[in-house]
Amino acid sequence: MSVETKIRDYILENYLFTDDQSALENDTSFLDKGIIDSTGIMEVIAFLQEEFEIEVEDEEMIPENLDSVNNIVAYVTKKQKADQ
Amino acid sequence: MGVTNTLHDVLKFDEAKEAEKITQKIRATLRDHLRRRGLVVAISGGIDSSVCAALSVKALGPKKVFGLLLPEQDSSAASKDRGTVLAEHLGIEHLLVDIKPTLEAIGCYHWRDEAIKETFPEYGEGWKNKIAIGGGTQGKINHFQLIVQSPDGELKQKRLALKQYLQIVAATNFKQRIRKTMEFFHADRLNYAVVGTPNRVEYDQGFFVKNGDGSADIKPIAHLYKTQVYAMARHLGLPEEICNATPTTDTYSLPQGQDEFYYALPFDKMDLALYAHNHNLPAATLAEMIDVPVAQAQYVYDDIETKRKTTAMLHWPALLVEKVEGPLPKPE
Repeated sequence: MSVETKIRDYILENYLFTDDQSALENDTSFLDKGIIDSTGIMEVIAFLQEEFEIEVEDEEMIPENLDSVNNIVAYVTKKQKADQ
Repeated sequence: MGVTNTLHDVLKFDEAKEAEKITQKIRATLRDHLRRRGLVVAISGGIDSSVCAALSVKALGPKKVFGLLLPEQDSSAASKDRGTVLAEHLGIEHLLVDIKPTLEAIGCYHWRDEAIKETFPEYGEGWKNKIAIGGGTQGKINHFQLIVQSPDGELKQKRLALKQYLQIVAATNFKQRIRKTMEFFHADRLNYAVVGTPNRVEYDQGFFVKNGDGSADIKPIAHLYKTQVYAMARHLGLPEEICNATPTTDTYSLPQGQDEFYYALPFDKMDLALYAHNHNLPAATLAEMIDVPVAQAQYVYDDIETKRKTTAMLHWPALLVEKVEGPLPKPE
């Protein structure tokens, strides 16, 4: 399963309570649209750390890394490459 | 300079007129809506509850106001002393109830310490703790640091993982909820109403516990900025040590300012930021007012909006599937 699919499935299941793929655009801001709040982002971070075995540093907790499916995919991919 | 002066001035107001307006509203609310014959105020020793108690006395007289001092294990002795000074100054009947045994029995300290030990295994007897917020006003996503201090004074700090963060906050929320349970007991016993003591910034930014300090029958200073609450305290002639008290949460065992826990700006700057935001002033104006870079002022504005969004549900009653006819609407 791709990084993108895993992230989309997690968001759809836990915050939108649906398996309808059309309910979430990859470039939608979670915070602006109210899909996830800042506590929710902490949950997403816990999910990313467990699922992809990465460590999210304090300075990486910025919307550019975490506030849409596209941003998370780019961030996780970058972290995974850095770990290799 | 001119802008800064003007904006500091906007929080100035006619304290006597405002006190008259609030006390009239308290009497009208009790008479027309709540139909209770007095008020219960929990007195923390801080400025907000002190001003609420003083306004209650001004509205109803000291015989119709009942003060509660509700310290627990982590409350500072200074808070309790200031609370007693205030109650005696106002001449109200008051009761001191140590809620530590209740909090122990309900598991407050146990659940909190369990989560702290998962973060710092060495934490135990004689250690102190607090939580600090970070991120939002630097453009990052808000997150929380746990700070502990060993008995020999060594400080340690780590970012809290989600599970432990939620458990520590949930456990400490017992404090506000047990206090409110006690306030409603005495209100029911006396046929009084319960006063909620948030100032405008706390109310606007959701800095309260739902069904804890957020619960009340009337909130007489929810429209006043903290600067104005201090001005009101002086106008009402409250004791000097109360007028000079620094805002703290008095919830964690290490000294913790409210700005450190929640706002990430000292209260006077937070007042100005909220005022400026409410009046659609550009971030550049706020930057000049509180002496920060424009980008940071914009982060402060964004953080205000984020907190409004994330705490909106704390204000709401339970949501229904559809409107139910019958209960009368909330009075305006």
